[in-house]
Amino acid sequence: MACIDARGLRKAYGKTLALDGVDLRVEEGRILGLIGPNGAGKSTALQAILGLTTYTGDLKVLGRDPWTQRGALMNDICFIADVAVLPRWMRVSQALDYMAGVHPRFDRAKAEGFLARTTIKSASRVRELSKGMTAQLHLALVMAVDARLLVLDEPTLGLDLLYRKAFYDSLLNDYFDGARTIVISTHQVEEIQHILTDVVFLDRGRVALSCSMEDFEARYLEVLVGPDHLAAARAFGPIHERQLFGRGILIFDGATREQLSPLGEVRTPSLADLFVAVLGPRTDPRTGDSQEQAA
Amino acid sequence: MSDQTAPAAPRKVRPFYWSVRRELWENRSIYIAPAAIAAVVMFGFLISTFRLPHNLRAAIASGKDSSLMMPYAATAFVVLATSLVVAVFYCLGALQNERRDRSILFWKSLPVSDRVTVLSKAAVPMIVLPLVGFTVILASNLIMLAWSTIVVLLNGIAPWELWSRLPLAFMWLVLAIGLPFLALWFSPVFAWLILVSAWARRMAILWALGPPMALAIVERMAFGTSNIGKQIARRLTGGLSEAFSAKGEGKVPVDSLSAFDPGRLPVIADLWIGVAIAALLLFAAIRLRRSRDPI
Repeated sequence: MACIDARGLRKAYGKTLALDGVDLRVEEGRILGLIGPNGAGKSTALQAILGLTTYTGDLKVLGRDPWTQRGALMNDICFIADVAVLPRWMRVSQALDYMAGVHPRFDRAKAEGFLARTTIKSASRVRELSKGMTAQLHLALVMAVDARLLVLDEPTLGLDLLYRKAFYDSLLNDYFDGARTIVISTHQVEEIQHILTDVVFLDRGRVALSCSMEDFEARYLEVLVGPDHLAAARAFGPIHERQLFGRGILIFDGATREQLSPLGEVRTPSLADLFVAVLGPRTDPRTGDSQEQAA
Repeated sequence: MSDQTAPAAPRKVRPFYWSVRRELWENRSIYIAPAAIAAVVMFGFLISTFRLPHNLRAAIASGKDSSLMMPYAATAFVVLATSLVVAVFYCLGALQNERRDRSILFWKSLPVSDRVTVLSKAAVPMIVLPLVGFTVILASNLIMLAWSTIVVLLNGIAPWELWSRLPLAFMWLVLAIGLPFLALWFSPVFAWLILVSAWARRMAILWALGPPMALAIVERMAFGTSNIGKQIARRLTGGLSEAFSAKGEGKVPVDSLSAFDPGRLPVIADLWIGVAIAALLLFAAIRLRRSRDPI
């Protein structure tokens, strides 16, 4: 059984289509990165998966309809819908008491273990914590739940680099066990590339690209080409080209290393560069943290 | 629940109990305000006891003793009135605050249904505040009685001369019946305020007052009658006199348990019609919370 199975998922806000027929299938034990520019429909898709919003189309999460069977589903799903949603008046100890009181799969000792590694004190109120510490607390609470699906919607927005790195390291080392499924949406593509098993690019409510990371590495190649080889390289039909320090950087879909290696240095493109290549200059050039100068 | 992975047997959880506790953590005015006002009244009473020996001797001489009971009844009234004010403001924020601080995204990530959440919030004005009010009244009356007894003893008067003139047990009994009556009487008001708080983005108090006033005005202009206005006024002001005055007439305080004799069935009918309306309003609030986003 797929963890998430969506077919023709649609959602309109007034006349704006937030989701325009999204097909998505995530098997259990995968780590999916949901990547897209602002307004691409990432949050709406995740809200539909979490039963927070209505939709049309077919959607099954862990075999259940998330809107009508939300109550039962929430025993098996955990999510961080945004940074800084923990109630500011709450004490850390109260958060632990409350989670232990309402969640059948919450392991309090585990959460306390995660918190012991931070500088968060159990008597502190959330409003006294920095943004990074609040994210650490939320992650500690969430990771102590024995859930089958964890959904993270921009979990590290606004955190500094150290906290972001620690966040994802912790997620991978302390939580992910190969059986659980994780779905992450973020703008900070570079930082999650190495932990993903699958990637989906979402643009204007549609899936622009969907593949596993193995497929991604097999399919896409990036070549640094000097000026003299540029014409030869273009003959292979790059999907994207940009200039850097007088050399061309060309991204190819489906070309082989043997074909490209005579032209220059061949490597796997970063997700951020591919993101720009696939979604093109019509998207906000800042998205994806790319230093792209639109070609 | 059918689980292939079969994790450790889920622990017993008590979502309703912990949701109510959570409300007390967040809204400490629920118990601080009645206790604080009782402390103020008691402080005044402690000072006033320098007149107590004189008043008691006068009561013994004249055979009239109503003024001795006055401070005890006044404490009860002030605590009751404070609890009602706290209840109104609590209800107005009940489902709005969590949207305003975005913590609703955290609450909704836990296996606590909208029904449990809304009912736990309704339990605060309906159950918690009457209990808190009764406890505070009982405690402050006992402290006042103990202090008065010491003062009386120091002045060489036998304490039962005081005790026999204070119908405290009867007042507590009337309160024990009257507070649940009031909670049920005001239930449609509380439920309406909770519904408004689930719906209003801001200025909940205007939304709470506006529609009922508009209805009353429209009726007055269109038909020249004022049934809606009268019903609302009776609901708001009738509860206290129904609960605590003889025959519900609002003239003399209740002095026997005839308060709930069969002759007052119409009041009981009013009471349950109100409860039915409250149930409908709370049902609407549950439905509304389901689909509301953070503000």
